[in-house]
Amino acid sequence: MDLASAKMIGAGLACIALVGAGVGIGNVFASLIASVARNPAAQPQVQPFAFLGFALAEATGLFGLAIAFLILFVF
Amino acid sequence: MAIEIKPLEQFTIERIVPLHIGGLDVSFTNSALFMTIAVLVITLLTVVATRRAALVPGRLQSLAELSYEFVADMVDTNAGHGAEPFFPFIFTLFMFILVSNLLGLIPYSFTVTSHIIVTFALALLVFVGVTIVGLAKHGTHFFRLFVPSGVPAVLLLLLVPIELLSYFIRPFTLSIRLFANMLAGHTMLAIFGGFAASIGFLAIFPLSINILLVGLELLVAALQAYVFAILTCLYLRDALHLH
Repeated sequence: MDLASAKMIGAGLACIALVGAGVGIGNVFASLIASVARNPAAQPQVQPFAFLGFALAEATGLFGLAIAFLILFVF
Repeated sequence: MAIEIKPLEQFTIERIVPLHIGGLDVSFTNSALFMTIAVLVITLLTVVATRRAALVPGRLQSLAELSYEFVADMVDTNAGHGAEPFFPFIFTLFMFILVSNLLGLIPYSFTVTSHIIVTFALALLVFVGVTIVGLAKHGTHFFRLFVPSGVPAVLLLLLVPIELLSYFIRPFTLSIRLFANMLAGHTMLAIFGGFAASIGFLAIFPLSINILLVGLELLVAALQAYVFAILTCLYLRDALHLH
């Protein structure tokens, strides 16, 4: 296999990281909805944490995307 | 008809005023220009808005007060007792990242925070600063941070390296999170823009996605500034209170 096609395949594989980010973000907001539905009064307390969790979960997927860019454009 | 899509072209750094001092390239670039604009915007917001401070604030003054109170509240609840002296630092970090992110969303502008060197410099500043604060406050006692209490000695062999690793990886995760978010968001906007430019009448679909994406990017711009600031607060709490 030549380097160019290996790079393409590698970049595609790196994007699998987005699966985890999707699961994570879904999980964060599912928990937020569940907890607010149980106790609507707790919303102001839990919402900042939900957004913090969203940002952290999203970042892990973007690490994979950064690796994909690195493979495609740096090496 | 194939229009070449260059989604990464928007991140090129151009020299506006070339300047070389002793072999060092210290040119005034578009990155430096947008950092200057960001600092000017923040200064204008905080100085002009509070110059004629009224008891009942106007729009600009409320904006300045809102951001001040938001960060003050964040430092108060997350960094714990004794973190008040570091409030100006965290406020500066938050405002700089927020304003740079938002400025980057203006079409044809440049996003300062989409370059890892900028975010890594900010993260390293936080990391080194927090470590110095911890060492100054606790002395050698600071290294207790890496030794979880109430753990059998055998497990410590495993846990101490993990704690050390998770401590030293902080500047990298902190900087890559911000940079990757900005890079990915802006690349995505450019890719959908490129689609719209190359398919003629059907452009309405990628364009409408792009409009939604700009909304998401506005959220991400504010959220990433918030996350950077709140993680700085949490690291500071670790250094001040050692778990």
